[in-house]
This record gives sequence, structure tokens and C-alpha cells, in this order.
Amino acid sequence: MKTKYLIIGNSVAGVYCIEAIREVDRKGRITVVSDENIINYSRPLISYYLGGRVTKEEMAFRDKEFYQENGVQLILNRKVAKLLVEEKKVELSGGEEIEFEKLLISCGGEPILPPIEGIEKVKEGLFTFTRLEEVDRLIDYIQANKIEEVTVLGAGLIGLKCTEGLLERGLRVNIIELADRILANTFDQEASLILENALSRKNCQVRKEDTIVRVEEKKGRINKVILRSGETLSTSLLVIAVGVRPSLGLVESTPIRCNRGVLVNDFMQTNIKNIYAAGDMTEAKDFLLQKKSVIAIWPTAARQGKIAGYNMAGKKKRYNGLFIMNSVELVGVPTISFGITNPPDPENFEILSRKNEEENYYRKIILKDNKIVGAIFMGKIERAGIFSGLIREKLDVSSFKDDLLSDDFGLLVLPAEYRKHMVKGEGFTE
Amino acid sequence: MSDKKVNKPRRIIIREEYCMGCRLCEVWCIVAHSKSKDIIKAYKGQEPRPVSGIYFEERGAVSFTLQCRHCEDAPCLEACLTGAMYRDKKTGMVLHNKDKCVGCWMCIMACPYGVIKPDFKKKKVASKCDLCIELEFPACVEHCPNEAIILVDKEGERIDKE
Repeated sequence: MKTKYLIIGNSVAGVYCIEAIREVDRKGRITVVSDENIINYSRPLISYYLGGRVTKEEMAFRDKEFYQENGVQLILNRKVAKLLVEEKKVELSGGEEIEFEKLLISCGGEPILPPIEGIEKVKEGLFTFTRLEEVDRLIDYIQANKIEEVTVLGAGLIGLKCTEGLLERGLRVNIIELADRILANTFDQEASLILENALSRKNCQVRKEDTIVRVEEKKGRINKVILRSGETLSTSLLVIAVGVRPSLGLVESTPIRCNRGVLVNDFMQTNIKNIYAAGDMTEAKDFLLQKKSVIAIWPTAARQGKIAGYNMAGKKKRYNGLFIMNSVELVGVPTISFGITNPPDPENFEILSRKNEEENYYRKIILKDNKIVGAIFMGKIERAGIFSGLIREKLDVSSFKDDLLSDDFGLLVLPAEYRKHMVKGEGFTE
Repeated sequence: MSDKKVNKPRRIIIREEYCMGCRLCEVWCIVAHSKSKDIIKAYKGQEPRPVSGIYFEERGAVSFTLQCRHCEDAPCLEACLTGAMYRDKKTGMVLHNKDKCVGCWMCIMACPYGVIKPDFKKKKVASKCDLCIELEFPACVEHCPNEAIILVDKEGERIDKE
């Protein structure tokens, strides 16, 4: 089989790539290969699905007709077994071959499995939390075994979103986290503590600075976890959520250059001219960090997929780099964070903050040379997006620094000329 | 959104030097997005009062009103996890389907104008200006007594209500 555009992976980067290609090239054949067996779903919604807040149908972020309308051949439930860079073709599991002119690799990330003694003997009751089919199996397992209490290893984003879904199902959760606080990569001590207190008011207990060193099974099913601190917990369900890393299996034995992720230039192009990469497996320009980095979040995957699509179809478009940002609501506390939230060398930054623990309110702004490089919003998130714009514009905030934490913060506090330019122009353009 | 009367791109421009701070834009936005379209019913609690699509800002002598800019490269579109935020093909406007929204606030995070609001009145959803796509003319512009907000077409030519 031959195709003009081949896209491996059918998540957000793949979808945005399709849309961008079609803006430029209405006819060229597009083929998408996915190893999942569902037409379209939004991966971050798996925690909402676990919690019963959305149905499987409601997880689609594009209509069923999307692929047909865009003339896309969608090959589901098939793995790409081999990528032959020189021959410009891939081999699917089962032997079939697809020749391509342009290729987008957007395979996403895969869960990291830490070495735990005894884990290879466990055949049942052990889960990770990144794919819909796993969540289906998780729900089946919970129901079939009338599970009431779950152990979650890792209090990063994935572990906590999974925890939230489990709590919504009425389960009790024990979280074990190696760091000295939850969401250590996203927040500082203050913010983490507010969330941890909110969690502890629910059916959730967090054990920090600890990890699982050994597990025991009974007839193949997980039965006990033994912690580094010496404590033993009985459990029949363990979710491992210590992090994800770029899925590099497919590119490992190819000349495609990788560091932590697949390295791309400003056009989302790998070192192989007709091969592009986008999304969680990609190491691309970072707007804040003066180097390339893997930013495994939805908006980055969308933008990268789009830029890749334009360039694959022949319309030159540059990726200007994004920075890490997240919006996470946990146990009723909304949070938004941008950029550098907890610099390891705080003496080199100026930090403004305001806190009201009773209201789960916390706001922190991180400045470097009078420019905003990071922020945390907790409890109240309205208008937080203005900060994403200020970071991007690298606007000098010295004239309105005192207002950054004020209750009526808005465009009004910005310099008049800058504000007028914002409200008279075309809106945001790349 | 069956009866869309608008089929051409258009945009609201803010002229803060003319704003008197009367907040009529906000009032009429709420009325226009109420079921009854009646100011008394919209405000007198016969239905949950809609969230306005406007941020009104005021400090000292300066005031202005701000609504969704319907950006060309709208960051909220790329941030939306559910496809609830979408671009209307005919008008180029950025619209929001509340049925699909799960209230994840990714759009609030991404919007550099800070003009998307959380709406808790029924189900938790995002809420923003739809440029009154179901009416002929945006209610805020129509009712601004001092032309502090005006409507323009793609070329920047002013559009007045007929």
C-alpha cells in the first residue's frame, strides 16, 4: 500500500496534523495507524471516564465523521512493527507494508515501570494509567473483585488524576510518593500542601518520602506491598504511576536522532528530511528554557502536530516553542500553573505570593529580570490565562508589579499602549 | 444553534476612551443569552441568570469592557481537551459547545486575554462571548450608549445596526 502522508498515532498530535495537511493539500492520501481500537478519544479524559463523569462516546474530541470527511484511511488496532527509513516504508504487525512520502511519528509516551522485587510474578491486580483499554480493564477488575481500597504508586499528575477518578467511584486510596510532596514537578511546597490537605479530607492517605520495594502475590494476584520504610500494606489493586517517558521503541534502531525524546528542528522535522515528530515523544524548542525539552501536555501536542502538518504538506511554518502549563482540578480545588514554579535557585528570581489556606487559595508569581517566567494559581483560576500571554510577550512588569497579586488584576493594570494593542488587533496570532 | 443569522466574519473593537462605565453591555449580554430575552425575567430569577460573556474592568477613571477576541490562532482551541471549543467554518468565530465541555479549564489557562469564565450555574462549564451569533447584531454593541465598543468586518470597516 502507498500513501502520501502516514501518521503513526491517532491522538491529539495526529488529529491536528490531519487538519493542517488538509488546509494545504485537499487531496493527498492520508493514512493513520493506531494501536488502539477506538476511532477517536481524548486521552486526558480517562480520569473523567474512570470517575463516571463522561461516557466512552463523550470522550471523542472529533466527530466520528472527521476521518471520512478529511479523506483519511484509519487503520486501528495495529502496531507499526518496523520503520524502514531508507525505503520510506513501515511494516505493520502481521506483515503488511505501507510506503509513505511524508511521515509523522506521534506515538506519545509510555509509563515508566520502576524495578520492584516480585513484580514479575504478579499476573493480576497491577495497572498503569495511560490508555483507555487499561481503564476498561481497571474498572472491570474493580467491579469483579468488589475492590474498596487501592494503592497508587506516584503522586504526579497521572497518579493524582487516577486517584481522583477512584475517589469519585467511592474507593479509598493510599498514595505512596518518593518525593517530599505531591505533584513535586508542578508545584512548590505551599501549593502541594494545600492539595494534600484537601485530599486527606477525602478517603485518601498520602505517604511521602517512601516507595514500594517489594510486592507479594497470592495465586498470581497482588496481595501485599512492602514499603521502604518497612510498612506493609495489604492490597489487591496497585496502580503504578511514577511517570511517563517518550515511546521510542519504533525509532530506536533507526538513524533518527533522539535524546530524551525524538529531536526535531523548528519545523518539527527530525534529522531525516521527510520524517516529522510531534507530541509527548518529541523533544522540541522550549520557549522558556533556551534548549529543547519534552513538554508532554495536550496544547503542545496540538501545536506541534499542526506545525508538522503544514510543513509536511509544503507550507513552511515555524514552531516558536511553548512552555509547560497545566490546568488540574483535584478534589474540588482548581489549579493552573505556568513555566518555572519552583526554581531550585530562588535567590536568582523575584517571587511574589499570597496565600489563604482556609479558602485553598494560593497565588505565586515568579519573575526574572522583571519578566514573568512562572506562576501558580490555586483556588481561584479566573483570568490566569493573561499570565500565559505575559510570559510569551516577555513583557517588563516593573510598572505594575504591585498589581500582579491584586484581586482585580486584569488587562486594566497593563500599560495602556500595550492594552490598546491587545484589544484593537486581530486577536492572538502565532 | 440552529438559527444562525450571521454568516460573515466580524469583530468587536474596544475604544476605552469612550467607555463611561455604565455596564449596560453586561446587562444586555445577560439578557441576550437568557431564555426569555426579557430583562426582567432574566434578572428576576425565573431562570438561572446566564453568565455574561464580558469582563468589565474599572479602576479610577479608566474602564472598558472585554470579550472574546475570536483569535486567528486561538490558543483555547488547541488547549481544549474535548472539542467543545470549535471554529465556526462560515464566520471564523470561536464558539463553544457547552454539552461537550467538562470544565477542565484548559481554555482559561490558554487565553491570553483572560476572557473565558468558569460557569457553575448548572453543570461546570466554560463560558464566553459568542458574538451573538444567533442574533443579527451583538447586544453589547447595540446597547453601548457611547460607541465604546463597535463592530467591524474583516477589512476593519464599521458595521452598524440596520
